[in-house]
Amino acid sequence: MPRPVPLGEAIATHVHDGDLVALEGFTHLIPFAAAHELARQGRRHLKLVRMTPDLVYDQLIGLGIVDELVFSYGGNPGVGSLHRLRDAVEHHWPHRLAVHEHSHAGLANAYVAGAARLPFAVLRGYRGTDLEDQRDIVDRVTCPFTGEELAAVRAVNPDVTVIHAQLADRDGNVMFWGITGVQREAVLAAERAIVTVEEVVDVFPERTGAVVLPSWVLSAVCVVPGGAWPSYAAGYSVRDNSFYQQWDEIARDRAKFLAWAEENDLV
Amino acid sequence: MTIAAARELTDGDVCLVGVGPPNLAANLARRTHAPNVRLVYESGAIDARPQRLPLSIGDDDLAATATAMVSVPEMFNYWVGAGRIDVGFLGAAQLDRYGNLNTTVIGPHDQPMIRLPGAGGAPEIAASARRVIVIVRQSARTFVEQLDFVSSVGYGPTGRERRATGAGPTLVITDHGVLEPDPGSNELTLTRLHPGVSTDQARRATGWDLKVADSIKLVEPPTELELTALRRLRDREDLDV
Repeated sequence: MPRPVPLGEAIATHVHDGDLVALEGFTHLIPFAAAHELARQGRRHLKLVRMTPDLVYDQLIGLGIVDELVFSYGGNPGVGSLHRLRDAVEHHWPHRLAVHEHSHAGLANAYVAGAARLPFAVLRGYRGTDLEDQRDIVDRVTCPFTGEELAAVRAVNPDVTVIHAQLADRDGNVMFWGITGVQREAVLAAERAIVTVEEVVDVFPERTGAVVLPSWVLSAVCVVPGGAWPSYAAGYSVRDNSFYQQWDEIARDRAKFLAWAEENDLV
Repeated sequence: MTIAAARELTDGDVCLVGVGPPNLAANLARRTHAPNVRLVYESGAIDARPQRLPLSIGDDDLAATATAMVSVPEMFNYWVGAGRIDVGFLGAAQLDRYGNLNTTVIGPHDQPMIRLPGAGGAPEIAASARRVIVIVRQSARTFVEQLDFVSSVGYGPTGRERRATGAGPTLVITDHGVLEPDPGSNELTLTRLHPGVSTDQARRATGWDLKVADSIKLVEPPTELELTALRRLRDREDLDV
């Protein structure tokens, strides 16, 4: 198994222009540092997938490195809109963004199918909604046993999934806990997976409800303390709610956004 | 509006809590008349007992106080989709007379005037929760004849297409009053008004010819206990349970 490698090396090796990339995290453990590294290395024409593309996707979209977005809820939780996402969809700035839109249940199940290496997942949702019009990602199947008509969602298999976690051990296994979202499924659905962690330990603590991913399903583990800021890593940091509020003001204005990106060495 | 929504929860209800007003209403119910309401958050927390009002559905307090934490696929497949939720609260940017909701776009989907956050967990909550309570401010721009996009289904385009497992939107609570589906046609009908609001005002804040019940009731004014609890929640004070 890979020993911890520098983040720059992991991104350079495993993320390519044009890849379908999942940077997952459901409010908690969002891999901000890895996303910023991806911008710094100048990736282009990415297709991004994530259930809740919050600030970090707003940033990547505003930087112009995203061509397509697969998602189920694009807001700034508890604050409001994602203004860079809106600007890209409404005014094509910095360029047009194609969107493929799921419900949460739909996209969660698309990852589940991807992780199982099945072509699609089946659920009872979507019926009667206009989301169904996207026949390339959602369609209908009939249950062979009961005849019930159900929704089929096409599997999502990212080229690469990136997540943040609390711990890795010396063998490169990874452990995370708290709100664990859809990260396990997103990692197992992907061709390659990069995990940034807060800390490396000799032995994992005993912990109820933790998810452990064995080293052999991962491509790289990188030690990046604070790599989820301004989101958080339970047990290590708290969510910086004030940054989420400040972001609303930064992202509203193209010039302010570009100044922020320059200050943070992202352009 | 928030207080009226909180009152609709019964002690012991399993409630799927979303961001914004639903979060406030569900936590208010738990602080007042329904101490044993079970809060489920789509981030994976089952029976969360937050000490303070959570700022988002992903606060650590929810995970730290929950009876169980589950993954997001498990939440939607085993808990929401399987019909284990009594009450789901939903909001919307647009709503029509049959309780169908739009949270996706204003204007055409491919080139919208306003891009909204999207459907999120709402389509499955709308389809599967035993009861759905919609909380939304009432205006002619929000209460429209024709939705720009159907994100979540209430009773369908003509009020008769509901085949999902739950009962659908049983209440719509607004800043003007309360609407309930007509037992025959499922058309939303104004049944209660907040004190100081007239039927005419409610009609003007509706983009279709609003159906009004024969006998309109008044929403009970807030009690001192409700107002104090609401203020403490908004100030994010720690609360003893």
